[in-house]
Amino acid sequence: MGKIVEIEGVNKIYGTNHVVKDLNLSIEEGEFLTLLGSSGCGKTTTLRMIAGFEEPTTGTIMVEGERVEDKEPFERNVNTVFQSYALFPHKTIYDNIAYGLKMKKVPKAEIKKRVCEMMEMVQLSGFEKRYPAQMSGGQKQRVAIARALINRPRVLLLDEPLGALDLKLRKQMQLELKRLQKKLNITFIYVTHDQEEALTMSDRIAVMHDGIIDQLATPAEIYEHPATKFVATFIGETNIYDGCITKIENGIATLTLENGAVSVKCPEDFSLLEYATISVRPEKMKFAMEPVEGFELTAQVKDYIYVGSVLKCIVSLPNGNELKIERLAGQELPEIGSRCFPYWEAGDAVLIHNESHYIFEELNNIRLA
Amino acid sequence: MKQKKTKHEFRSNTLPAFLTVGPVTLLMVLLIAVPLIYVAVMSFCSIDEFYNVTFQFTLQNYVRLANTDYLRIYAQSMGIALITTLICILVGYPFSYIIARTKSRKKKILYMLVIIPFWTNSLIRIYGWRNLLGTSGWLNGLLMKLHLVSEPVDLLYKQGTTILGMVYCLIPFMILPLYTAIEKLDGSLLEASSDLGARPAATFFEVILPLTSGGIFSGSLMVFIPCLGYFFVSDILGGGNSDVIGNLIERQFQSGNNWPLGAALSIILIVVTLILVKIYQKLGGDMDALGV
Amino acid sequence: MKKKKKEKRNHRLSIVFCTLVYLFLFLPISVIVVNSFNATTTKPYMSWKGFTLDWYVKLWDNTSLLEAFGNTMIIAVVSTILATIIGTLGAIGMYRYKFKGKAMIDGLLYIPVVIPEIVLGISLLTIFARVNIPRGMLTLILAHVTFCVPFVIFNVRARLAGYDSSIEEASMDLGANRLVTFFEVTLPVLAPGILGGALLAFTLSIDDVIISYFVYGQTKTYPLKVMESVKSGVAPDVNALSTLILVGTIVFVFVTQGDLFKRNRSAMQK
Repeated sequence: MGKIVEIEGVNKIYGTNHVVKDLNLSIEEGEFLTLLGSSGCGKTTTLRMIAGFEEPTTGTIMVEGERVEDKEPFERNVNTVFQSYALFPHKTIYDNIAYGLKMKKVPKAEIKKRVCEMMEMVQLSGFEKRYPAQMSGGQKQRVAIARALINRPRVLLLDEPLGALDLKLRKQMQLELKRLQKKLNITFIYVTHDQEEALTMSDRIAVMHDGIIDQLATPAEIYEHPATKFVATFIGETNIYDGCITKIENGIATLTLENGAVSVKCPEDFSLLEYATISVRPEKMKFAMEPVEGFELTAQVKDYIYVGSVLKCIVSLPNGNELKIERLAGQELPEIGSRCFPYWEAGDAVLIHNESHYIFEELNNIRLA
Repeated sequence: MKQKKTKHEFRSNTLPAFLTVGPVTLLMVLLIAVPLIYVAVMSFCSIDEFYNVTFQFTLQNYVRLANTDYLRIYAQSMGIALITTLICILVGYPFSYIIARTKSRKKKILYMLVIIPFWTNSLIRIYGWRNLLGTSGWLNGLLMKLHLVSEPVDLLYKQGTTILGMVYCLIPFMILPLYTAIEKLDGSLLEASSDLGARPAATFFEVILPLTSGGIFSGSLMVFIPCLGYFFVSDILGGGNSDVIGNLIERQFQSGNNWPLGAALSIILIVVTLILVKIYQKLGGDMDALGV
Repeated sequence: MKKKKKEKRNHRLSIVFCTLVYLFLFLPISVIVVNSFNATTTKPYMSWKGFTLDWYVKLWDNTSLLEAFGNTMIIAVVSTILATIIGTLGAIGMYRYKFKGKAMIDGLLYIPVVIPEIVLGISLLTIFARVNIPRGMLTLILAHVTFCVPFVIFNVRARLAGYDSSIEEASMDLGANRLVTFFEVTLPVLAPGILGGALLAFTLSIDDVIISYFVYGQTKTYPLKVMESVKSGVAPDVNALSTLILVGTIVFVFVTQGDLFKRNRSAMQK
């Protein structure tokens, strides 16, 4: 499989607003790649640059090996599914879907055949003569997809297409889109702010933040081994600890935090005295009634929140920070107000480089072990 | 689930209903309905030697108005109105489009600049054109100075001049509804069209034009109909060469002193107007789009 | 970059085209403005004979012209006020109440909008003549109110279309009676539509030539006085007056729209 879209050194600046910063991204043919991030991170702008609605300030974009920054949207072999669907209100569903083929001057008989096929594929047969105003949100969604896919683009761009649908429909459509993508073997570039959606559907996710890609990896990799603090906190729930590495021994690092020292498995690119951050998912956190070797945290149990299948426990540390620990309902639980000792398996936590170098005052008194 | 907008229609609680709708009804009935009925009646009357109206039923007026001289002028009016409307569309559409799709800050100012000329009386502005185009006017003065012509060019008192004046007075009535229609256009539809492979020309004919056609229709109606009645434009700029139906009517009420004849002409004009409105409605025109 | 060049070319063409259209719109007005400073007295006063402010001075001696202008303003203001009140009430009433003949009144409202003004003018003339009302200020005002009311109604109606009447219910729930609710809730919310209609009515009244032409009697309005002056061949002080009016309206527009600018800017910042 080759690279079908290559973005190199792309910047987009609006006036003084630097929306996309030196972006480099290669997308493999046939993959489902999601650009994930909150509003303003540059994901939609990036998508629009691939589609041709925005021009990069600097940098190049290549689709199937050809440079396209200069090309108009109608000159690119790329199609878009819009967030608002953008169905032509004055044309029937049939004419909407047939539009792209009409522009390519495909003969009428063939248009009819392909439109019927496509409508069957998205389960909209029988709606040919209807108008968009007569369709429900989910139906309009499928028309938008059909209208784009019928042109057999090499790359399909989807801009938060499921945002306007209710939860149940959204989950259904997520599976349908994934199924469609696999069946047609088209490269999908998907934009969303919904991390659960991204984890469900994607082959790879590019987590974007403030105009740059924080991490580009598979969903599992992103969840288990977040590369930055932003990725760790954006995807799923987690507990974050900032500290300084005060000892490295046998591949295990000791991180000194404001509340005490903790242990974590240490990758090779970390060094002594480096400021770093640990991320531990609530389901990986444990707490004991006795101190555990390698951990100096003590906490007080504050609250239990019942969420159906699990219990979320909130414990508070001496400096006021709160931790979220997950327990399966039915497991034994300490009483509220009692003291406990949080810990984890060294390999269950992730060590992350700390870009901001925030550190607390007490570090002046650190003793090296 | 509760509806977001609630509208209640009460049965005529007589006092509030009367108070609110009474004045309007009175005004419209007394000053629109009754006068028009009266005019219709008068069109079937004749005049005596003292130019007073006598209430003897006659079809004489209408017979007279079916005369070929009159028919020629009806045709001329329609022709002038048609050309005026076409020019207004050809100039007005691109103009409205450019303004309606500018970015926010300048848009207001540009829109205002279209309306400001309106705040000088149209009669005076037409006199401005006469000063500009007359044999001793500015344009000729300029052309002579630049030695482009040796004698003043005869620009006034032609049909073309009248059309210029009509376009000048009526183009705002084309620009305003077009502006409204174009502003409502959803930008993502244009992007979708382009995304699906349509070149700019195709996007225009497939998406932009159909979705703004309502504006074109209402604008055309608001240009064509008044044009038939704008007698002062053809008086001042056209000399006697480009009378519209309005001129005929005006003459009967001023110098001609034949009010019944003028009334009959007015009825003919009303009939023409109603036919055009019916055509507009048949083509799907929205009555609320007029007069905005 | 091919795309950028094309965009720049299109942009330039657009600017040129729009400028030409604006020039067209303002050309006759500029003739009037320039001529108001033209020190020529002979016809043809088309050649520039030097700058002068004489006409602006002489203007104040031309009492009949000033009187005509005064008439126009009085008629415009009075008509606008009356038309706005009648129209607003009518729009609200038609929106709220069901009654017989509503469709007929609705139809009548479209007549002044669609029918050529000359027909309205002569029909009013004939009825005034029949009922023996002397033509003058009264007939002018009646005529102007008549053709302005529908425009006010359409503007207010447009605003009513998006109106959520449950705010009135909320007001009454909180203890206000119908009259108070009307002034405290209904009117303020409808204000943009009412003001838009009033502005339109004012514009139409000032600009009106045709209808006034038939019902003015002895009361000269500004445009009709101009017509008279031009026929008799002397008009430079008319140019001066026209220029002053133009400047006045531009100032007025910017003053009233100025807060619209401010409101828009803060809305955009949000």
